[in-house]
Amino acid sequence: MNKMSFLEIVRMALGSLGVNKLRSFLTMSGITIGVFSIIGVMTAVSALRSSIETGISFLGTNIFQFGKFPVTGGGDGSQRRRYQLRRDITLAQAMRYQQLMAGNPEVICLKAFDQEGNSQAVYNGRKTTPGLSFGGTNEHFLAANQFSIEQGRNFTTDDIELARPVILIGQGILKKLFLSESPLGKIIKIKDRTYTVIGTFAEKGTQFGKSQDDIGVVPLTRFLNDFGSERVTINIATQAPSQLAYNETIERAITAMRVVRGLKPEQENDFELYSNDSLIATFAKVADAIAAGSFVISGIALLAAGVGIMNIMLVSVTERTKEIGIRKSIGARKKNILIQFLLEAVAISLAGGVMGILLGVAGGNGLAVMLNASVIFPWNWAAIGLLVCSGIGVGFGFYPAWKAASLDPIEALRYE
Amino acid sequence: MSSSLNSVNTSSAGSLSGTAQRSYREPGPIVIEIEEVTKLYKMGEEIVHALRGVALTVRRNEYLAIMGPSGSGKSTMMNMLGCLDTPTSGHYHFTGKDVSLMSDDELADIRNREIGFVFQTFNLLPRSSSLQNVELPLIYAGLSPTARREKASQTLRAVGLGDRMSHKPNELSGGQRQRVAIARALVNNPSIILADEPTGNLDSKTGEEIMQLLEELYALGNTIIVVTHEEDIARHARRIVRLRDGLIESDLRQS
Ligand SMILES: Nc1ncnc2c1ncn2[C@@H]1O[C@H](COP(=O)(O)OP(=O)(O)O)[C@@H](O)[C@H]1O
Ligand SMILES: [Mg+2]
Repeated sequence: MNKMSFLEIVRMALGSLGVNKLRSFLTMSGITIGVFSIIGVMTAVSALRSSIETGISFLGTNIFQFGKFPVTGGGDGSQRRRYQLRRDITLAQAMRYQQLMAGNPEVICLKAFDQEGNSQAVYNGRKTTPGLSFGGTNEHFLAANQFSIEQGRNFTTDDIELARPVILIGQGILKKLFLSESPLGKIIKIKDRTYTVIGTFAEKGTQFGKSQDDIGVVPLTRFLNDFGSERVTINIATQAPSQLAYNETIERAITAMRVVRGLKPEQENDFELYSNDSLIATFAKVADAIAAGSFVISGIALLAAGVGIMNIMLVSVTERTKEIGIRKSIGARKKNILIQFLLEAVAISLAGGVMGILLGVAGGNGLAVMLNASVIFPWNWAAIGLLVCSGIGVGFGFYPAWKAASLDPIEALRYE
Repeated sequence: MSSSLNSVNTSSAGSLSGTAQRSYREPGPIVIEIEEVTKLYKMGEEIVHALRGVALTVRRNEYLAIMGPSGSGKSTMMNMLGCLDTPTSGHYHFTGKDVSLMSDDELADIRNREIGFVFQTFNLLPRSSSLQNVELPLIYAGLSPTARREKASQTLRAVGLGDRMSHKPNELSGGQRQRVAIARALVNNPSIILADEPTGNLDSKTGEEIMQLLEELYALGNTIIVVTHEEDIARHARRIVRLRDGLIESDLRQS
C-alpha cells in the first residue's frame, strides 16, 4: 500500500526545480563554488603527486644533497633569516668533504648557481632570454641531476682542476643560439665571460613550471674564479653506491660534514640534508597544507550554500503550501511529501556538485598540465564530493521537507 | 467493495456526459456515521462553534445534499467527513472504523482510496496536465505507470474529456476543470464522493451539466454527498440535510 515508486518522486522533484530555473541555478552555484575549490585543488595536488611518485625525480637515484638552505627556500621571516645567518659552504669545505668521503662513494657533485637570475647567453648576435640557470659544477653533475649528454662530452677532471672556460648547455640555449650549426667548439658569452661549448644536454622538459633546458654549467672552479667566491654557497650532492649502502652513506656523510664545518658535538647541524624522499615529503607537506586550506574554504562555502538551500526550500514550501494541501487531500502520506522535498534539495545540491566537480577537474588539470604533470580524474574525490553534496541536500533540506510533510491538510488547502 | 464503480470505468467510457434518468436505489450498509460531533475554532480570544453537536448516518447508494446558509458549518462538516479535518469532540466511524484512532498514514490512505473529494475551487495542480492530475491519486496508491495511465485516461474519457488529456488547468474552462477534478475523485474507485459546492464557481448552465454528471455517477452505483446552498442543485439529491448555526435543522428524504 502506498508504495509510490522512487522514480516517480524523482520526476516530481526535478519537475518543480524546472519551474524556478534561475533560483535553482543560483542556489546551486553556491555548492558549485565550494565543490569546485576543493576538487580543483585536490585534482592539481593529486596530479602533481602522482607525477612525482611515478617519474619525476629531483635528484638521481640514491642521491642526497647538503646545502645551506632547505629546498623550500626556508619559508619566510625569522625562519629565513636563520638560514641566511648560516655560514656559506665554501669550496674549501666542499673539497675537504670530498677528501673525507674519498673512494667510497665516488660520485660527489658540487655545484653553485648564480643567484641573480639575470644570466643571458649571447652568441653571434643572438641572445637567450635572461633568467638562465647558470652555475658551476663538476663532472658528476650529470649523474646527480639526471642529465645526459646529447652531443660532445662531459667535463673531465682536468677541466675542473684547471678551471677551463668550457660550458655544457641545455636544449633551450642550443635552440636559441645555434639554429643549424653545430655548437661544439663555439664560444658563447654569459655575464661578460666567454666559454667554449663542449657538450649539450639532452632535452629534460619542465618541472614545476620551470624549464630544465634553459641551463648552462661551467666548471665550479671557473665559476668561482670568474664571479668570486664571496657570498657563494656550494651544494654537495652525494650518490651512495647502492640502495643498501644509502643509509650508512648518509651517516658517514653527516659526520664528514660536521667535521668540515668544525661543529662541536653539542652543536646542531648548520646545513640542510635533502634527498628525493625528503623532497617528496616536503612537497607532500606543502600539498597537504594547501589541501587543508582549501578544505576549510570549501567547507565554509558549502556551509553557506547549505544554508542557501535551506532558505530556498523554506520559501518553496511556503509558496507551494496549496500544492502540498492538494497532494495530502488526495492521499499523499507524510513520507511522500518529505521525500519529494528532500529529493528536491538533494537534486539542487547534486547538480551544483556535478558542476563543481566538472569545473574543478578541468581547472585542476589545467593547473597540473601547466606544471607539467599528467591529467588525472580524481574518482575518489569526485565520489566524496557527490556524497558530501547529497549529505548537504539531506541535511539542510530536512527541516523544510519536514515542515512541508507536517502541514495540516486542511490548513494547507486553505492557504492562498 | 466497489464493483459498481468499476462498471463506471469499464462499461460506460465516454458515455457519462449525456443525460441520465432520475433513478432511485435502495440504500445499502452504513458508510459514514457521526455522533455528537463538535468543532471549535479559536480565533485569538474568540471561539467559533462551527459545529455544535451533529449526528448523521450515510449509507451506501445514498445521494445526499447538505444545505444551509453561509457560515452554517457545511464545509467544516464536509472536511471532517473527508478525513481532512478532525472533530473537536464526538465520534466518527467510516465503514465501521473509528477515525479518531487512525494514524496520519491511515487517514492518508482513506483519503486516497475510500474518499473522492471535489472542491468548489477545483484544487488542481496548475502546472500538471489533466492526465497527470487524474493520475496523482494512483501514484500515491502505488500503481505502475502503465496501469495508472490506462486508468486515468479511461476515467477522463468517462467524464467527457477524452480530448483534453494533455491540457493544463488554465487551458480548460471552469466546467472542464471541475470534470477533471471529478475524474480525479473517481479514479481510485472510492466508497463515497464528497463534493463541497462543486458548482459554486460555475455558471448555472455549466453547473447543471456537472450535476448531470453526478446524477449519472449515482445511477451507476456511487454514493454521493454534495454541499450546496442552491435549492436547484439540492433537488438532484434524494435526501436533504439542512444545517443552521452548526446544528442539523432538518433531515428529509425526497423522491
Ligand atoms: N479555519 C477556520 N478558522 C476559524 N474559523 C473558521 C475556520 N473555518 C471555518 N470557520 C468558521 O466556522 C463557521 C463555519 O464555517 P464553514 O463550515 O466554512 O461554513 P459554510 O461552509 O457553511 O459556509 C464560520 O463561522 C466560519 O467563520
Ligand atoms: Mg463552505
